[in-house]
Amino acid sequence: MNPFAYARADTVGAAIAAGGRRGAHFIAGGTNILDLMKDDVERPEVLIDINALPLGSIEVRNGALYLGALARMSDVAASTAVQKAFPAIAIALRESASPQLRNMASMSGNVLQRTRCPYFRDVATPCNKRNPGSGCGALGGVNRMQAVLGTSPHCIATHASDVAVALVAMDAILHIEHANGSRDVVLEQFYRPPGETPHIENVLRPGELIVGITVPALGYAASSTYVKARDRAQYEFALASAAVALEVDSGTIRSAHIALGGVATIPWRARDAEQTLTGMRATRASYEHAAEVALSGGRGYGQNDFKIPLAKRVLVRALEGASA
Amino acid sequence: MSIPVVGTPRSRVDGPDKVTGAAKYTCDRVLPGMLHAVVVPSTIASGRIVAIDTEAARKASGVALVMTHENAPRVNEKKSGPQDSVLYLLQSDIVEFDRQPVAVVVAQTFEQAVYGADLVRVRYELHAPQMDLDTGTVFTPKQMLGDQPASHARGAAEPALAGAHAKVSNIYRTPTEHHNPMETHGTLAAWNGDTLMLYDSTQWVFGVRNRLGHVFGIDPKQIRVVAPFVGGAFGSKGTAWSHVPLAAMAAKVTGRPVKLLVTRPQMFGWVGHRPQTEQNFSAGANADGTLVAMLHDVRNETSMSDEFVEPCATFSRDLYAVPHYTMDQELRRLNISKPTYQRAPGESTGGFAVESAMDELSYELGVDPLALRLLNYSDVNPNNGKEYTSKKLRECYARAAERFDWSRRTAPPRSMQRNGMLIGWGMATASRGTHRGDSDARITMHPDGRVVLAVGTIEQGTGSPTVYPQLAAEVLGISHDRVRFEWGDTNLPAAPLAAGSQTAASVGSATVLVAQQLRDRLAALGGKVPAEGITIEVNAKVDEAAEERYAQQAFGAHFAEVEVDPDLFQIRVTRFVGAYDVGRVLNAKTAGSQLVGAVVWGISMALFEKTRFDLRTGRIMNATLADYLVPTNADIPDPEVITVEDDDERVNPAGARGMGEVAMCGSAAAIANAVYHATGVRVRELPITVEAFLA
Repeated sequence: MNPFAYARADTVGAAIAAGGRRGAHFIAGGTNILDLMKDDVERPEVLIDINALPLGSIEVRNGALYLGALARMSDVAASTAVQKAFPAIAIALRESASPQLRNMASMSGNVLQRTRCPYFRDVATPCNKRNPGSGCGALGGVNRMQAVLGTSPHCIATHASDVAVALVAMDAILHIEHANGSRDVVLEQFYRPPGETPHIENVLRPGELIVGITVPALGYAASSTYVKARDRAQYEFALASAAVALEVDSGTIRSAHIALGGVATIPWRARDAEQTLTGMRATRASYEHAAEVALSGGRGYGQNDFKIPLAKRVLVRALEGASA
Repeated sequence: MSIPVVGTPRSRVDGPDKVTGAAKYTCDRVLPGMLHAVVVPSTIASGRIVAIDTEAARKASGVALVMTHENAPRVNEKKSGPQDSVLYLLQSDIVEFDRQPVAVVVAQTFEQAVYGADLVRVRYELHAPQMDLDTGTVFTPKQMLGDQPASHARGAAEPALAGAHAKVSNIYRTPTEHHNPMETHGTLAAWNGDTLMLYDSTQWVFGVRNRLGHVFGIDPKQIRVVAPFVGGAFGSKGTAWSHVPLAAMAAKVTGRPVKLLVTRPQMFGWVGHRPQTEQNFSAGANADGTLVAMLHDVRNETSMSDEFVEPCATFSRDLYAVPHYTMDQELRRLNISKPTYQRAPGESTGGFAVESAMDELSYELGVDPLALRLLNYSDVNPNNGKEYTSKKLRECYARAAERFDWSRRTAPPRSMQRNGMLIGWGMATASRGTHRGDSDARITMHPDGRVVLAVGTIEQGTGSPTVYPQLAAEVLGISHDRVRFEWGDTNLPAAPLAAGSQTAASVGSATVLVAQQLRDRLAALGGKVPAEGITIEVNAKVDEAAEERYAQQAFGAHFAEVEVDPDLFQIRVTRFVGAYDVGRVLNAKTAGSQLVGAVVWGISMALFEKTRFDLRTGRIMNATLADYLVPTNADIPDPEVITVEDDDERVNPAGARGMGEVAMCGSAAAIANAVYHATGVRVRELPITVEAFLA
């Protein structure tokens, strides 16, 4: 851990100004950045504390969900309005991390959380994401937790978030401010698969600050769900997860929203499976077919081969849950 | 000799101090002028240090010393005896395992030392590490635990197995596991001339003292070791690992007291672990279910410079009435740190293999798993024919089975379901040899009736300050709160290593003897305590010949229920009932806690724990408590533990046969057997995780 300075921003403008400087890093709940600093993975020169910014709102209005960037995971999970309108989001939050971490962690920080790949977190090992060009330790190494979708020969690190999976499935939009104004980015387009540049994880530019998240109204999201398989009952990342919302009319699927977690390098929107399901009967056979489609591009790396069949089963379970 | 009612449930006297933070552990100790040391661990598992660049570290703010193999004082890192471990004290450039100490940075504050440690740059010459348990040279050690032979046979097992009506023969695997006590290891060392004062988180202050005397070539009497509270150990603190002398070396060089705390990722380094095992186990039975043969071949990993045998075969050797038996324990050297004792060494890992195989045999024979155990019950130790001091295993089976409702089990796999979940019921036997060591004890009664009992044992959460005063009070016929306990100091009467479930038997026996002598002296004085008080000291020396007369074992029966998701194979232990025969229970409350703790460890072994190595480099890739899984509260049911009444009058004056470990011997198998019953899938490699069902 390197010595660093600490500064608190009182306004969004001040935060953006400070955060744009070289060596600066925002800190909200700190549940991710502090770990990475202790492991010497991140070496910021100054931490800009944004916790004083008035960005903690949680509101459901006209069916849409408006979240301030600093809304805490535990507060969003506990919101009855969220539970009612977007159960997949509430469940994903409740099944994330531990109560202590959820009390601290912010929604925007969660969306930005870094991979749990052990090679990324161990500076004594190679990792193209942490140290471009050094190689991927997880290829041929300890890769049980790593991705089977969206991988590249340079990186197979899994995106670890649960709630980002639910948010991607529900077409969430990030509100981003910067020195010259603001912009909105659909969360699904926010993340970048590793390709040849695994160190570039999203489209956020230096000095930009996520100030809020909107989930557009989606009536049938009221029966959405999130299913997570993991190695222990609590406080553990997904081996495979799925967020699903289905619009079913007279036994026929009119529309589907599907995203997978724990198995991909980014929160994985399964557009092909969604298209496959549209117009099909809402039956287990359809769900199994959709799961095959969703994982058709899956590639195992040895220890994580099991994630392909597991993700299929998880998705089938989620589809059954969302249509029940 | 008889003791009045012992076993009364009594709350820990140190409970309030522990939950309020008033209890002081080694890491809480502060001495004037104290410096902080942090170890720089190796990042390779095999090779040689070519160069260490310490310049940036030495120049960093607050850094007082950077100690490497180039400037460390010369000390003796060799073993002082066969039970010792080779230490890694910066005496050479050779690296034999991941996270071997290669430097120590000493600074004014802990944070400065951590930063300085990050600045040390080490350049290595890399050698290909040996990491595969299946390839390379295997050797049979001279002996295992104590002086027991590593190879042993009775009868002719192979022909008996060949002729058996039913047989099972399989390989069972258990992984490397790290102890991870809540309190990490730590030492505070201060020299005063040629005398050394050490605070250490250890299971044996006398062992640390002797080892440090050997390292520094000084009389152990010049060393005093104090272990305040110890925040868990489970075998990992049974010996003075490398950081203890390293702290003392840094204190010597700097001329200041030095505190060295081991960080959590370093807990996967040089402080021991349970070795991975590969067990080839076979059992054969007659058509009526009586066992005719067992063969138990064990291979476990050991380090490049040490030999540690995980004595798995003791479980099969000493339990069932098997006429033909053979065992063989062998070792393979890998580039890992030295394995060591971890809670129930041998019987926990061996119990997994044997009790899984017994379950498999029960299905081969079409006999109920519990009935099969009862069919092969041995009233004497089957290996040496000795009578037991006491054995109430039948009662354990009966009590636990009844409580669990075992008779309602339907035998076929997948035959029990509830709310769409597969339900599995499994059982296993618990068994563990017990023993005791020499212990001294001193007791003083003051004229006002206060009593001080002093033994240099330690308190690692097992309840020493509660239980031994209680035992003394029972003998003296006084209230337990009039007896105060002093512990954890080499200035106190000597006690044995607090491990192997022997402390209650050893310190408990010394306590009973010293309290009895006090009672008799008091009676001789007409019940009047002289002004100077009465002080009595005893040495409860173990009579080896008497010890050999009977076999000493603790027993039990585990019954587990699991619930398994039929599609996602998420496994939850939903019920656990265990009944245990541990001799006399000294305090029902602290005993219950220990038994529950061991059950939790069994669940952890069955479903969660595994140290994951990158086999190409030897690097441990899950050296955090986020990645090295142990159960959360949500993973643990409320285990029900029962102790059967057994006032064992033969075993020792305390009547106690040791209970810290027996409840995790076989418990992982009970869960594995329940998983088989639920799913029809037999998993012979721990931990049992989802991939076993998705091949």
